[in-house]
Amino acid sequence: MSLLEIENLSLTIGATPILKGVELTVAPGEVVGLVGESGSGKSMTALTIMQLLPHLARAEGRVTFDGIDILGATEDQMCALRGDDIGMVFQEPMTALNPVKTIGEQVAEGIRWHAKASRAEAEDRARKILDRVGLPEAKFPLSRYPHELSGGQRQRVVIAIACALRPKLLIADEPTTALDVVLQAQILDLLRDLVRENRMGLLLISHDLAVVTEMADRLTILRHGEVTEAGDTARTLSEQQHPYTRELALASMHLPARPKPHLAGSAKPLLEVEGVGRDYPGRRKSLFRPAQPIRAVDNVSLTIEPAQSVALVGRSGCGKSTLARMILALDKPTAGTIRFRGEAITGKSEAELQPARRDMQVVFQDPYGSFDPRQKVEKLVAEPLHLLEKQPAAAERREMVAHALDEVGLGPRDMDKYPHEFSGGQRQRLSIARAIITRPKLVVADEPVSALDVSIRAQILDLFAELNQKLGIAYLFITHDLTVARAIADEVLVMHEGKIVERGKTADVLDHPRSEPARALVAAAPDLHRAIARRMQEQG
Amino acid sequence: MTAYLAKRLIIAALTLVLASMVVFAVMEVLPGDPARLMLGLNASADQVELLRNQMGLNAPLVLRYLHWAGGLLSLDFGRSYTYSVPVIDLVRERIAVSVPLALIALALSTIIAIPVGVFSASRQGRAGDTLAMGAAQIGVAVPNFWFALMLIYLFAVWLRLVPAGGFPGWGAGVWTALKSLILPAVALALPQAAILGRVARSALIEVLNEDYIRTARAKGLPYRAVLWRHALRNAMIPVLTILGLQFAFLLAGTIIIENVFYLPGLGRLIFQAITQRDLIVVESIVMLLVAAVILINLLVDFSYAIVDPRLRGRQ
Repeated sequence: MSLLEIENLSLTIGATPILKGVELTVAPGEVVGLVGESGSGKSMTALTIMQLLPHLARAEGRVTFDGIDILGATEDQMCALRGDDIGMVFQEPMTALNPVKTIGEQVAEGIRWHAKASRAEAEDRARKILDRVGLPEAKFPLSRYPHELSGGQRQRVVIAIACALRPKLLIADEPTTALDVVLQAQILDLLRDLVRENRMGLLLISHDLAVVTEMADRLTILRHGEVTEAGDTARTLSEQQHPYTRELALASMHLPARPKPHLAGSAKPLLEVEGVGRDYPGRRKSLFRPAQPIRAVDNVSLTIEPAQSVALVGRSGCGKSTLARMILALDKPTAGTIRFRGEAITGKSEAELQPARRDMQVVFQDPYGSFDPRQKVEKLVAEPLHLLEKQPAAAERREMVAHALDEVGLGPRDMDKYPHEFSGGQRQRLSIARAIITRPKLVVADEPVSALDVSIRAQILDLFAELNQKLGIAYLFITHDLTVARAIADEVLVMHEGKIVERGKTADVLDHPRSEPARALVAAAPDLHRAIARRMQEQG
Repeated sequence: MTAYLAKRLIIAALTLVLASMVVFAVMEVLPGDPARLMLGLNASADQVELLRNQMGLNAPLVLRYLHWAGGLLSLDFGRSYTYSVPVIDLVRERIAVSVPLALIALALSTIIAIPVGVFSASRQGRAGDTLAMGAAQIGVAVPNFWFALMLIYLFAVWLRLVPAGGFPGWGAGVWTALKSLILPAVALALPQAAILGRVARSALIEVLNEDYIRTARAKGLPYRAVLWRHALRNAMIPVLTILGLQFAFLLAGTIIIENVFYLPGLGRLIFQAITQRDLIVVESIVMLLVAAVILINLLVDFSYAIVDPRLRGRQ
C-alpha cells in the first residue's frame, strides 16, 4: 500500500487555478521525483500535503497519508503529523532557520513537542540526529547559532529538524538548488542514506532533471499544474514518450551552436590579470593582537583574448565573485595589476576608468533583484549610455535601446514597460540588453542562468553564443555549474580557495580534470546522460 | 559581545558630552542676563557687574563650561537664580515624581502595545485587526492632554476612583501616591502604545512571512506557538528601536501632563523655570532629560544584543 496517495488533486488560489487533477503516490522506502519548471505547481503540491497553503487556497480531490484524509484533517491533526510523520526540507537554507535561536533549540523543539520529551532528553536526541547529518559535537555544539554556519551546514540542520523523529515521509523542495555542486552531492547522499536507514518515503521536488534522475525510482512531470508524464525514471527518460519530457531532457543537455570557434593565440589579450590578490580584514580575536586578514583571492593571473569565452568555475566561497568585482573595477586588489586593452585599470580614478567601463559590462545572477522596479525599461537599459563620450539625444537614445532590445529578442514596445511585467527569462534578456548597449568588448556574467528554468536557460545560453558570434564579445562566465561551462566556454579556469588551480580547453578540463578540486567538481556535477545510463542498468 | 557593549557605552558617553556642549551654548546665546534678573531692574550697572564677577559669569567661555560640566559630574548643578537654593535640592524631590511617572508610562505602553500588535498581526486584514488599528490611529492622532482630560472626567469626576490631580508625596503611602500617578501615566502611555502597537504589528507581519516561520510550522508547532516563540522575538528589534526613539517624546509629554494633573514633577519645574528665566534650572533639567534619553537608548542597544545573537559577535 502506498504511504501517500494523491488523487485528482485540484487547487485554486483565489480565482487562479494552480493544480489540475494531479495524481501522485509515494510508497515507504521509495524516492519519487516531482519535476517541473517554475510555476508548474511543484511547491504547491508539497504545501498541500503539509496543509501549509496560503490563506485563499482551496484544494479539492483526495490526499491520503497513511490512511489519514489530509484535506479533511483538522489543524490539530495536521500539527500532530507535521514534523512527526511528515518532515519537510526547503530550498533556501540561508533563511530557513530562526536567526535568534540556537540550532540545538530548533532541533530539540519538535522532539519536545511531539515526543513530550524532557529538555535533557530532547537535547540528547537532537545531538544524535545532528551527529547523524554530519554536524559532530566538537565543531557544532547545540549552542551554535545559524549565522555561524555555512549554507550547506544550515541545510544539514534543516534536514536534522525534518528527520529528527524518523518521519514516514520526507518532502524535500529543491533541497540543493541554492548549494554548489559538491555540497549538492553530499546533501543528496545524506538524503539517500536516510531513506535507506528508515525506510522513509521521499518526495524530491526539483527543476533539475539530472538530480532527480540520480535520486528517484519514479518520477512525475508537472507542467502548468498538470501531470504530463509519470512512471519509472529509467523508462520515462529513455523512451521520452511525452514531447514535454523530451523538451526538458534536451534543454537540460543543450549546447548552443557556435559555428566560428575561437582560435586561441590569435590576438593580443583583451584582459590581463597579473598576480592579483585581495585581503579582507579578519575578525579580531584579541584586543591586543591585530586581526589576521582573510585572503579571498590569492595571486591570480589570467588572460582573456578578444571574442574568447572563458568560464571561471569553483565552489561557493572560492573567491570567484571577488575576482570578478576586481576585474570590473568595483573592488580594489590588495596586490597585483589588472590591464584591460593593455591599460592598467588598478589605481585609476572613476573619471579615468570611464572608457574602460564602457567596454566592460556585467550581467548578474538574479534578474529579479538587478532592476529598479519603479523605472521603465527604456531608462534601465539606457543606463550605461552615460559612459559614452558624446551623450545621445533622446530620440537617438530610444533608437539605441530599441536596437539593443531587438538583439536580445525583445520588441521596441517593451521599452515602456516596467520590470515586473516580464518573466524571469525576459528579465535576464533585459539585463543582457543593458550590458551590450555600449558595444562592450567584455561581458562578465556572474551565474547568469542559475536562476532560470532549463528551457529558458537554453534560450539564454543560445543568446550569449549568438552575441559572441555576431558582436565578437568576450565573456567571463562565473559559475558553479559545469554544464554552463561546457555549453558556452572555450576555456575553463578552476578556482579553489582563492587560487586558480587549473586552466585548459573546456573539454580537456571537464573530461580529464587533473587537479583535486577540479576532479571533485566534475565528480559531483549531476550529468543527465550518466544518470540515465545508471538508472537503465538498475531498473532494467 | 563585550566589544559591542563597550562601543555602545563610549558612544553614549560622547553623545552626552556633545549634548552638554549644545545645551550650554544655547543657554549662552539666549538673551537675558542672570545677574540683572536676580538684582531686579533698579540695580545699578556696578552692582550687576559685581554679581556677575561673583557668579563667575565673566570668566572665559571654556572655563565656565568646564566648571559647569564638572559640577554636573559631582551633582552640583549650581544655585537657582529665583529660589536661591541649590538646583539639586529642587530637582531631587521632583525626580521622585517624574521618574516613576515616566517608567510606569513606558511599561504601560509596552504592556498594551505588544499584545495589541500580536493580536492584529495574527488577524491581519480581519475585523479585529481593523478595529485595533483604527483605535491605534486615534491614539496616534489625539493629543495626550485631551486623553488626560477625558480620563479625569471619567475616573476622577464621574467614578471617583482616583484623585483628579495633585500628588500627596511618597510619605503618604505608596498606594496613595501611585493612585495619583495612574491617570497621568495612562494618558502618557496611550499615544506611545498606539505607535508601538502599529510598529509591533507591521514588524510581526513581516517576520511571519519569513522562511523560518514556515520551517517552524513544518515542525508541527501550532500557529500560536510559532507566533510567540519564533516570530515575536525577531519582531522585537524594530519595536525596541521605536521605544528608544519615542522615549524623548514621552518625556516632553510629561511637561504637559504634569501641568494638566498638577503634579510637582520635573516637567512643571522646567515650565516654571522657563517663565521665570531661571536659566540654570532649565539647563540642569534639560541635561537630566538628555541623560535619561541617552540612558534609555543605551539600554535599547544592550537589549538588541540580548535579542539578536548576530550582534554579539560584532564590534
